[in-house]
Amino acid sequence: MSNQGVDPGRRRFLTLTTSVVGGAGVVAAAWPFLASLKPSERAKALGAPVAIDISTAEAGQKITVAWRGKPVWVIKRTPEMLASLDKVTPSLLDPDSEARQQPDYIKGAARAIKPEVAVMIGSCTHLGCSPTFRPDHPAPDIDPNWQGGFYCPCHGSKFDLSGRVFKGVPAPLNLVIPPYHFASDTLVIVGEDPKGAA
Amino acid sequence: MAIVPNPHKTTGFLGWIDDRFPLTKLWKDHLSEYYAPKNFNFWYYFGSLALLVLVNQLLTGIWLVMHYKPDAAQAWDSVEYIMRDVPWGNVLRYLHSTGASAFFIVVYLHMFRGLIYGSHRKPRELIWIFGCLIFLALMAEAFCGYVLPWGNMSFWGAQVIINLFGTIPFIGPDLVIWIQGDFIPADATLNRLFSFHVIALPFVLVGLVVAHLIALHEVGSNNPEGIDIKKHKDPVTHIPLDGIPFHPYYTVKDVVGVGVFLMIFLGIVFFAPDGGGYFLEKPNFTPANPLATPEHITPAWYFGAFYAMLRATPSFAGTQIWGVIVMGAAVVILFFLPWLDRSPVKSIRYKGPIFKLWVGAFVISFVLLNYYGMQPPSPTGTLISQLCTVVYFLFFLLMPIYTKREKTKPVPERVPHDAH
Repeated sequence: MSNQGVDPGRRRFLTLTTSVVGGAGVVAAAWPFLASLKPSERAKALGAPVAIDISTAEAGQKITVAWRGKPVWVIKRTPEMLASLDKVTPSLLDPDSEARQQPDYIKGAARAIKPEVAVMIGSCTHLGCSPTFRPDHPAPDIDPNWQGGFYCPCHGSKFDLSGRVFKGVPAPLNLVIPPYHFASDTLVIVGEDPKGAA
Repeated sequence: MAIVPNPHKTTGFLGWIDDRFPLTKLWKDHLSEYYAPKNFNFWYYFGSLALLVLVNQLLTGIWLVMHYKPDAAQAWDSVEYIMRDVPWGNVLRYLHSTGASAFFIVVYLHMFRGLIYGSHRKPRELIWIFGCLIFLALMAEAFCGYVLPWGNMSFWGAQVIINLFGTIPFIGPDLVIWIQGDFIPADATLNRLFSFHVIALPFVLVGLVVAHLIALHEVGSNNPEGIDIKKHKDPVTHIPLDGIPFHPYYTVKDVVGVGVFLMIFLGIVFFAPDGGGYFLEKPNFTPANPLATPEHITPAWYFGAFYAMLRATPSFAGTQIWGVIVMGAAVVILFFLPWLDRSPVKSIRYKGPIFKLWVGAFVISFVLLNYYGMQPPSPTGTLISQLCTVVYFLFFLLMPIYTKREKTKPVPERVPHDAH
């Protein structure tokens, strides 16, 4: 082997190509490590719709059911509760639900297919705590003009009885409404759009 | 091939080792001939105490893993099993859980020492940066460990902290699912946090501590006077005139610190292991329930200040990422301290009253933030937190101005005899 006449151009080329190939190898080797952190097939399979029987719920009562591991609330709203929705409109951040936090078939102040039955995901849009149901009013510990709603114990976010967020709280968005429909008058299917809507 | 005799002229078994491995050299370089300034005071206990707590965490951690089950269905029960059925299991767990709080107390005091005596200034910038990285790794380690008992506070704490990543525009929600490995914090989440807590982060922590000490022993320790002791060395031995060997002088001093520390630490471990609800929070004495958030959710006390900043920042332009940015910036800004302080002197002893006032305001804000971070949200608390957040940042951001302008006292050449 000759030990004279080193060709620096050739050496640089070899160093560069070796580094590029090695670097590509490192990136390719990292892929399985990063991808293995994604939800497994088993976790994904647990996302099936759930049926909630509301025949036994009293007026004004909230039922909590798990769907995809998250709390889903079904609230049987009284006429008085529905009347409170318009009273709080001026203090709401997004009273007309313009941000896409609900399926397209959910509209209006009631944010529900049937106004007397509200369905929503009970995770605060701030950092995912589950707000407390506070239908009682007045409630000076929350707000001097409290008309009933949800109060997040973690960071003090406030929502009305349709899950619409108040102004000036940490949460930036209304509560999420999952896809749902009524299989009968008293059976709510959460996780599935009504037939014909999607 | 003949072996070159070692320069320490050791013989026998030690000589055999020294011919092959620099054992005596390491001992001398880092202990018996590492010359530290002779005027270390009370504040210099916390470095060695941090090391002690680290060893406590590693030892008790290894033993806890022998009984703990990293499984969402079994984790809670296995912790109760450790507490009730494993001989001395409750002591092992309390040593570990109290150790976590002790770690932060000791590290906060250690950082404060660096701040007031200018231990971050040239040539010690890298020591400070390694220290900040240790602080970051420690926060990650503490968070992961907090989740492992899978109590209700563990679960909702994980939910809140992981959802911080969900505030990042566009990729946030998918990132959260990727971090959790599920749609909510679940078994997959618990397992990966366990893996980080017992394997990845301890490696990182120990590696950083070694780097912190190598950097320290390369440039030498600072002292309460902020005087460079290497400027005046004995002309023959080249030993700093104001230096004394770390061993035996400071090893003996630190043993006293360890004694006092252990009295307080073990007092808590044996008589008040929940630390009045601050070291072990009450809602964490019930198993994780994904459907019910505890009435009053707070982080562990050592994150209180950062949590208060998060809570005090309102959402803006349809996103709550600002709070996360403020909270992150509060930690990141620490890294820049060596370049923010423009004072011609290192130690607070030779700085003027304006610096002292700022340090006082900073300490008060930090304590108040910690307090309000632990309280339920209230309008007063939010207002005070906002005020304190502003003071916290102004302390750092205005530092180049007020440290540069202020008149300082002349620093003596040598460590004074009447040094405190």
